[in-house]
Amino acid sequence: MNISRTAAQHWIEPHAHGIYVKPADMWIDPSRPAERALVTHGHADHARSGHGAVWATPETLAIMALRYGTEMGAPIAYGDGFEANGVKISFHPAGHVLGSAQILLEHAGERVVVTGDYKRRFDPTCAPFEAVACDVLITEATFGLPVFTHPPIEGEIAKLLAAREANADGCIVVGAYALGKAQRVIAELRRAGFDAPIYIHGAMQKMCDLYAAHNVPLGELILATGLAKAEMKGAIVIAPPSAMNDRWAQRLPDPITAMASGWMRVRQRARQRNVELPLVISDHADWTELTDTLLELRPAETWITHGRTDALGRWCELHQLKARALDLVGREEEDEG
Amino acid sequence: MQAFAALLDGLIYTRSRDHKVRLIADYLRTTPDPDRGWALAALAGTLSISTVKAAAIRAMAEEQFDPMLFRMSRDYVGDTAETVALMWPDVSQDVVAPTVSEVIDVLSSTSRARAPAVLAELMDRLDANGRYALLKLATGGMRVGISARLAKTAFGQAFGLSVDDVEEVWHALRPPYAELFAWGEGKSERPDPADSAFFRPFMLAHPLEDGKVNLDEFVAEWKWDGIRIQIASTGGETRLFSRGGDEVTAAFPEIAAAFNGIGVVDGELLVRGDVQGGEAASFNALQQRLGRKNVTAAMQAEYPVFVRLYDILFDGTEDVRALPWTMRRNRLEMFVAKLDAVRFDLSVIIEARDFDHLAEMRAAACAVAIEGVMLKRRESPYLAGRKVGLWYKWKREPLVADCVMMYAQRGSGKRSSFYSDYTFGCWTPDGDLLPVGKAYSGFSDEELKWLDRFVRNNTVARFGPVREVEKSLVLEVAFDAVHESKRHKSGIAMRFPRISRLRRDKPADEADTIANLRAMIG
Repeated sequence: MNISRTAAQHWIEPHAHGIYVKPADMWIDPSRPAERALVTHGHADHARSGHGAVWATPETLAIMALRYGTEMGAPIAYGDGFEANGVKISFHPAGHVLGSAQILLEHAGERVVVTGDYKRRFDPTCAPFEAVACDVLITEATFGLPVFTHPPIEGEIAKLLAAREANADGCIVVGAYALGKAQRVIAELRRAGFDAPIYIHGAMQKMCDLYAAHNVPLGELILATGLAKAEMKGAIVIAPPSAMNDRWAQRLPDPITAMASGWMRVRQRARQRNVELPLVISDHADWTELTDTLLELRPAETWITHGRTDALGRWCELHQLKARALDLVGREEEDEG
Repeated sequence: MQAFAALLDGLIYTRSRDHKVRLIADYLRTTPDPDRGWALAALAGTLSISTVKAAAIRAMAEEQFDPMLFRMSRDYVGDTAETVALMWPDVSQDVVAPTVSEVIDVLSSTSRARAPAVLAELMDRLDANGRYALLKLATGGMRVGISARLAKTAFGQAFGLSVDDVEEVWHALRPPYAELFAWGEGKSERPDPADSAFFRPFMLAHPLEDGKVNLDEFVAEWKWDGIRIQIASTGGETRLFSRGGDEVTAAFPEIAAAFNGIGVVDGELLVRGDVQGGEAASFNALQQRLGRKNVTAAMQAEYPVFVRLYDILFDGTEDVRALPWTMRRNRLEMFVAKLDAVRFDLSVIIEARDFDHLAEMRAAACAVAIEGVMLKRRESPYLAGRKVGLWYKWKREPLVADCVMMYAQRGSGKRSSFYSDYTFGCWTPDGDLLPVGKAYSGFSDEELKWLDRFVRNNTVARFGPVREVEKSLVLEVAFDAVHESKRHKSGIAMRFPRISRLRRDKPADEADTIANLRAMIG
């Protein structure tokens, strides 16, 4: 499964800590500081601090500036690109979170797409995924097992609202990754017609402000810190997963613990995290999206960066598609998603 | 089926017992017969569909999926039924989901060979949660943290009946419990179990905390460290029941065969004599037999069992539970006299001058089979459950050992977020620590806060939810007994361990050794 017929293997080198584009002397999503870095999106496992020069979408650069205080970097809008020593580099929407991009590399007559993390579902907080024809697709496989089918988000939001109705004297605290998932859950609640204030954990405020500044309206948000229990009755509170089982949550009135994550599809994963209301909401492609994308693009070769590289590789084998596993390290598997 | 699937999921994700009871009660009230009866049976563990075994589900999966992808998925999910339910292609919108009773009817009337195909047809009519519920229903094990008792409690709550009243008739009825629901809804009289051997709820004891009792009012017996057992016989049929009301006749056939009385009696199942490994080991052997559907002659010979009787509920067909203990005791003595002495004897009354004398005798009792003393009010009737002031158990002083904390896990309920479950170990001659037990009680709220901080500040590794800590904190652990066990690498395990003191003063290397602990066996 590792024999490559494309030329890309000679100018793109997968390393454990990132993908190296040799002629351009650039790293894609390097997990250690690099002189020249191309960054697909703002999640900490893809966008590290300490790089020399960074190329990313304006939104991703804004997120990195917020997180790391650095503002260095060249903004590349979706559809735009530049050339570096014979490699044409352009950015295309990945539909994962605000600013997330796939990177298209064109060199020596070959087109290589690095998806970064992506999904193909509708998401009111970011630009939709664009299928980019290519010879080599370097894809993620976070949810690359056939048990992962993310249900329509409308049903999950309806579950959340129904639980709130049924628990009028308490509140619901929803664990959601601070970048992307939190804002998506809020925006979907708004889309479902929920217009009451939504309470957020302090760690999310700046990111929500950033989204709002990028024309993603989130409605009225209130900081859920230092409020009396009585004020919080019937509230929906969004918090990072790490705060869920901690004492912060004990100050809430009768909280029902919800979690918005693709991992919630598996009951034991939800139970292990003491989740009472699992919401299967993911910003990653599920099994069907991963495999449909491969069938749609039919790349000559597929390289799988992280996640269930073994299972997606097996599927490729069954469908006579050439694939190789890269197994990049440092990608968060369980917390995000 | 969808309502049952929603109930199962609710039970899986709900931690509070009261909330679980409410979910079941709501379901039982709003679901029609016979669906709710089958569901109740499934929850109480009394439903069994003989045509579908786990192998049928695997066979169905192999037919449908690539074996490698299935194996990878199964490894990740950790549950075959759930894996199959999740991988199964989704249903089209226009099919009608089967009802619970349709599922039961269809599966019960097929053959084992046909079962995978029949199951697959049902799968095609359900969504992922429904498929999961179907497979759990078909194979039995619900694994939703519901005991039979809790299911009955929920039934009682649904229809305003006491769980003891439900318990009283439960064991004479069969799924789907039509008579039970009719009674619950006031449509018919309480079912009359008539002439069958069935379980009556046990009378239970409160611990005697620091109090004393007057021996003029209370009688004392030894508290035996065996398995509580009820024998019910109509003459034609004899059945044995364990603490929870589960039938264990098949696990102890020699007892059922030897019982020649008519009535219902209460006692302790014990192993006779000094058998290999000591009496503590024999207790484990009894425990292992409990879950069995049949036992070999070799197992029966290895541990000769008998029942030490201490109460009588029915003498012949006469219900004697309302009689005072003294009168029941007379009946019991006459009853036991007619039984096979090899398999049955009478729990002796402890003759003590007064309470202090009893305390001395309790302290001096050294037989391993004696766990302490039972105190029973002479005037007490035999009542279901744990009633205040009638029966007390007065256990022997616990054993203690100094152990070193090794791992910690967060607790649940009001202790969630606190590291409150501790695994601790003792030293080997080579200077290694091996786990000997796990405890999550015995400390005050203040001590818990301190322990939680200790765990957070001294974590050396994490394994999922488990934190490994610096091996520096000595915990004094109290326990009732220690016995051989394959569960821990140390080869020993404690019964009812709890933290009795934090020994912050004691250096970890001065904690007890495995050998010290081993010396306390038997």
